[in-house]
Amino acid sequence: MYYDTLIFDLSTEGRKGYTLPKAEIKRYDLPEEKYLRSDCPGLPEVSELEVVRHYTNVSFKNFGIEKGFYPLGSCTMKYNPKINQDMANLPAFTSLHPYQPLDTVQGALKVYHDTQTWLSEISGLDTFTLNPYAGAHGELIGLMIIKAYHRDRGDLNRTKIIVPDSAHGTNPASATVAGLESVEVKSNPDGTVNLEDLKKVLGADIAGIMLTNPNTVGIFEKDILEIARLVHEAGGLLYYDGANLNPLLGVARPGDMGFDIMHINLHKTFSTPHGGGGPGSGPVGVTKTLKKYLPKPVVEKQGDRYVIIDEPDTTLGQISHFYGNMGVVLKAYTYILSMGREHLPEIAKYSTLNANYIKESLKDVYHLPIEGICKHEFVFDGLKDKSTGVTTLDVAKRLLDFDVHPPTIFFPLVYKQTIMIEPPETESKQTIDHFITVMRQVAEEAIKDPDKVKGAPYNTVVKRLDEALAARKPIVKYKDLEPS
Amino acid sequence: MNIPKDLYYTETHEWVRIEDGFAYIGITDYAQDSLGEIVFIELPEENDQVTQFSEFAAIESVKAASDLNAPLSGVVVTVNEELEDNPELLNEDPYENWIIKIEIEDKLELNKLLNAEEYAEVCE
Amino acid sequence: MFKYLPHTHEDIAAMLKTIGVDDIDALFGDVPKSLRHKDIKIPDSLSEIEMHQHFAALSKMNTPLIPFMGAGAYDHYTPSVIRHLIERQEFLTAYTPYQPEISQGTLQYIFEFQSMITQLTGMDVSNASMYDGATATGEAMFMACALSRKETIFISATVNPNIVNVVKTYADYKGITVVMIDEADGQTSLASLEAQLAHTSTAGLIVQTPNVYGIIEDLTGFKEMLEAHKALMIINQDPSTLAHLKTPRAWGADIAVGDCQTLGVPLSFGGPYIGYMATLTKYMRKMPGRICGVTQDTDGKRAFVLTLQAREQHIRRDKANSNICSNQSLLALFVTIYMSIMGKKGVYEVQQRSYDNAHYMYERLLAMPAFSEYASQPFFKEFTLRTTLDVAAMNQALQAAGFLGPLPFSKFDQAKHDLVTFALTEKRTKQEIDTVLDIIQEVA
Repeated sequence: MYYDTLIFDLSTEGRKGYTLPKAEIKRYDLPEEKYLRSDCPGLPEVSELEVVRHYTNVSFKNFGIEKGFYPLGSCTMKYNPKINQDMANLPAFTSLHPYQPLDTVQGALKVYHDTQTWLSEISGLDTFTLNPYAGAHGELIGLMIIKAYHRDRGDLNRTKIIVPDSAHGTNPASATVAGLESVEVKSNPDGTVNLEDLKKVLGADIAGIMLTNPNTVGIFEKDILEIARLVHEAGGLLYYDGANLNPLLGVARPGDMGFDIMHINLHKTFSTPHGGGGPGSGPVGVTKTLKKYLPKPVVEKQGDRYVIIDEPDTTLGQISHFYGNMGVVLKAYTYILSMGREHLPEIAKYSTLNANYIKESLKDVYHLPIEGICKHEFVFDGLKDKSTGVTTLDVAKRLLDFDVHPPTIFFPLVYKQTIMIEPPETESKQTIDHFITVMRQVAEEAIKDPDKVKGAPYNTVVKRLDEALAARKPIVKYKDLEPS
Repeated sequence: MNIPKDLYYTETHEWVRIEDGFAYIGITDYAQDSLGEIVFIELPEENDQVTQFSEFAAIESVKAASDLNAPLSGVVVTVNEELEDNPELLNEDPYENWIIKIEIEDKLELNKLLNAEEYAEVCE
Repeated sequence: MFKYLPHTHEDIAAMLKTIGVDDIDALFGDVPKSLRHKDIKIPDSLSEIEMHQHFAALSKMNTPLIPFMGAGAYDHYTPSVIRHLIERQEFLTAYTPYQPEISQGTLQYIFEFQSMITQLTGMDVSNASMYDGATATGEAMFMACALSRKETIFISATVNPNIVNVVKTYADYKGITVVMIDEADGQTSLASLEAQLAHTSTAGLIVQTPNVYGIIEDLTGFKEMLEAHKALMIINQDPSTLAHLKTPRAWGADIAVGDCQTLGVPLSFGGPYIGYMATLTKYMRKMPGRICGVTQDTDGKRAFVLTLQAREQHIRRDKANSNICSNQSLLALFVTIYMSIMGKKGVYEVQQRSYDNAHYMYERLLAMPAFSEYASQPFFKEFTLRTTLDVAAMNQALQAAGFLGPLPFSKFDQAKHDLVTFALTEKRTKQEIDTVLDIIQEVA
């Protein structure tokens, strides 16, 4: 049975799901009428069990990592350890007010400070801030730092930022929000930066370049040192988009490659859950030269004591109300300590092994545009046999019927039928072999019974959706639904 | 791909038809096909001035967003308001459903546009 | 072998064979030797037992205090069911709902969240959440500038300085000019607004209510004045006050923003919290963030889907008005469940208790000679007083007894070092309040 009830449908006047202590203080008069609302907000009235049952039923309509394989390229959907959650839920952390005196929050600040320090060690950059709320937020702050740096030097002409055509959409969008203009450089056929094209755009108007390495098609920029040299020589800075940091853990560090600024997605590389789209956390790291621009407040260790510094006037400013998503930081901190010096450096090995294994096992039936070794992820350009008319979208939808989350599709934009596969290190060979079997089966179906694939999915709670209808006549709240 | 012979085109996939001294402007079959299902169009207002090769409207599909550029300069006489509620008409017949009608400012601007043959090459 | 890394030697050997390389190292042959960095100098791996011990020690380094301070973070009660429900793996571990057929759960709660936010604010449409109330306000500024094609924004001096700071940072890099509107008797000065409007063309005005002092702003006349200058009205409002107070819509807001932390989200040392944004239908296509809408599947069955995506960064790239991608989705579920559990009556009751507690304490404090009124304006659950006391000494005495005293306003403005701002919630008992009053009396 399809659960299609909304919480508002369950509402019955007079029902309630909460208790409060007996009031000990008298009721005070409200301010005069002009300050008050004249109606009552239409919130539901439901009992506790109704709420619990409702959201439990709603949850059944979702697919999480604990249900099945989630090879979503560029998203690093690794297992989210349970102990992370337990540590983050400790009342000694969740009940701290952000403005408590420093001597009452030394534990929280130690977690904050140690996480900053470890991220520096992992990435090779000098100092981190944990204030940014998500990857895109980190990008924005990183670009602000680039701008602040040039501005400080009186170099006001550097208004452009180089973004490869294979970059995440957030890169050019963040550039615009930071008041920079993005300049696209073309990729080589293997997805790496075209050095000749790069040289052409480098000049006195270039503030920097945004790169991810390995890039979005999973290829390591082997010319990275040369790219860094060229960009620095031209007076620009290098920004590292941390979306693809996973295959570098224990292999190489962005800081050593010449990157000046980077962000890390704790919700990708450091196992904190995606939560259906956040909360994430996007710490930003910088070289020593750029440290002074980090947004305030800044957490530092002074002697044996951890402090919050609110005042540095060199900072680019404030970009969050308090200190970012502390609850997420706690999970990443627990994860780093669980993995430790012994196991954190193994992450790159196994995620890369998994990706190459899948690539080699499927390249006879899916079109592999870039031969050779990939890193933690790679792309197919659709099915090898294009004559059936079965598209990447069809393949993705058919996978849903086998309880496999589809890979990322139609990104990056450098191919028409992109299927981007990222199998994290937490997945076993059995799970991966099952995925390969299913992918082969779908490829076979595409030839034998293409209509079946084009009509998929069949086993999901809803079938393919009419996205155009939703956008043409937007209905975005309960009140606007037609009574069923 | 349908490319009528009697129209002028831009490289950015807009067409213009001259009729009774006015210019009717729309998007090409190629444009509607690459955009996919069109869900929204942001139209200019009557009496707005549009400039050749400059943005005059914005169009959105489920998977893409694109600015539309005017093939000719001039003042908007009529806006096809039917498109506001039924943007899918642009998918159904992009040549029948013009977007704006303008008063032509300078006929010489036509020389800067493509004919059907030239435009066909752009689409290849 | 490690608990999160399942490959055995046999697995690895078999996989390498398929790939056609001899060892895993061969997979990194493209990384220049000079860059190879294998050892990461972080602490050794901790077992679960050690982790618990480690956190027990860390916990001892924290001393949670009973807050009589708000300043953007309020100690409201979190019903037990919320944690249990949001930690269901289906919600917790899912990705952004880009594959709607297997994400109807996430999409449905976003739809419910949007519905509740529009109920509270009176606005037409809400997005699926923003990072926090401060960044939501910055995004509202971008939106107002995009809508009006102007590059100046007004912000009231009574807005929480943290929000002002974030707005200023966002504005600075985007090339937007921020103009402060003065306060008069603790609230936004209409005269100052009028004076500024006379010679500056602005995209809009940002006000906050209740404001940084806790004062409920009287926005009578603001809309008319702004409208006459084609400027938008952006109201940042604590959503928990909206069971009682006049809605942003009723004041004439074009965009409503704020932080939903007050809807039961734990203090958590500042985050994660959750910003909201709501607007009018006519501005919907310029609103940042994700929006969930209704549609049908091929069988005609009702379903939910992310919609109007052509606004967003992954499609519009450098032409997008915002770069937001991940937001605070799980927190949207959190506050949706909070509003379901508390319901129509509960949200009102909780805030009434907070209001009563605050007014009780206000009365008692004003009865002490050391305190006097800052402004003669109505307030909600937070209030500001002038004091002759040594604020640091008072707060130290309170801390010694396990309380977090009021906000010394000097944190925001040195010139206002004689102001303190108290915040009370339904969680404060009469006994706690009386104890705090006694301690303050003693200090005095």
